[in-house]
Amino acid sequence: MVLSAADKANVKATFGKIGGQAEEYGADALERMFITYPQTKTYFPHFDLGKGSAQVKGHGKKVAAALVEAANNIDDIAGALSKLSDLHAQKLRVDPVNFKLLGQCFLVVVATRNPSLLTPEVHASLDKFLCAVGTVLTAKYR
Amino acid sequence: MVNWTAEEKQLITGLWAKVSVAECGAEALARLLIVYPWTQRFFSDFGNLSSPTAIIGNPKVRAHGKKVLTSFGEAIKNLDNIKKCFAQLSKLHCDKLHVDPENFRLLGDILIIVLAANHGKDFSPACQAAWQKMVRVVAHALAHEYH
Repeated sequence: MVLSAADKANVKATFGKIGGQAEEYGADALERMFITYPQTKTYFPHFDLGKGSAQVKGHGKKVAAALVEAANNIDDIAGALSKLSDLHAQKLRVDPVNFKLLGQCFLVVVATRNPSLLTPEVHASLDKFLCAVGTVLTAKYR
Repeated sequence: MVNWTAEEKQLITGLWAKVSVAECGAEALARLLIVYPWTQRFFSDFGNLSSPTAIIGNPKVRAHGKKVLTSFGEAIKNLDNIKKCFAQLSKLHCDKLHVDPENFRLLGDILIIVLAANHGKDFSPACQAAWQKMVRVVAHALAHEYH
């Protein structure tokens, strides 16, 4: 799966418009993921996952920052996320299926907060981008 | 049998009451064909699917989207008996239409995004969870008679 020039433009424009709210989007996506897919909570036994949790907000910020970084380096996502990829392979070992779940929740957040942004074309590009990020993060698993 | 809490039932039926089945169905099917273009394989007789604009405007896509979502509505009326409700449809999708059940999951995920886009804050995390469960149950029911 390859990101076309149009995909890259769509993704960059989307994150440009989301701007500083990316952190909130990240936290919102995580909250939705924990509620919609409770099995994902198993990776966070050390977190307070209650509503408004500062830990979830903090982690959402990290996730969002990584997505922004990937978007800003969209021609080399593997390079940009190399350290994160190592971390997921060696330490975190989050099962690959879960990246799709978080991706779905991120799309839902964009849809609820900024529906006009999510045209079918942008929806497709973002979905591909999120897939690509998941692929990079699991690339060194074995 | 699926266990629905009273809250889940309320979140599902409550949102459904606000859904325009024709519009939502058309949009969901169009987005499926755009976001996951390999799903176009089932619709070779639908005419022009050459671009997102063509797909969105395609009358066969719109009509079929409405048909699909109307079926969904049947499931919502029969929340406690979805497998039975969709037994015939399941056989049809297996024996006549030859649709890989993975496609039901893809459409379900797309439907969630369309609902989210149309209902904003009303599509709360709890609402999303209930609906994600709903689409999963429907996908499972449609795959149940496969052999």
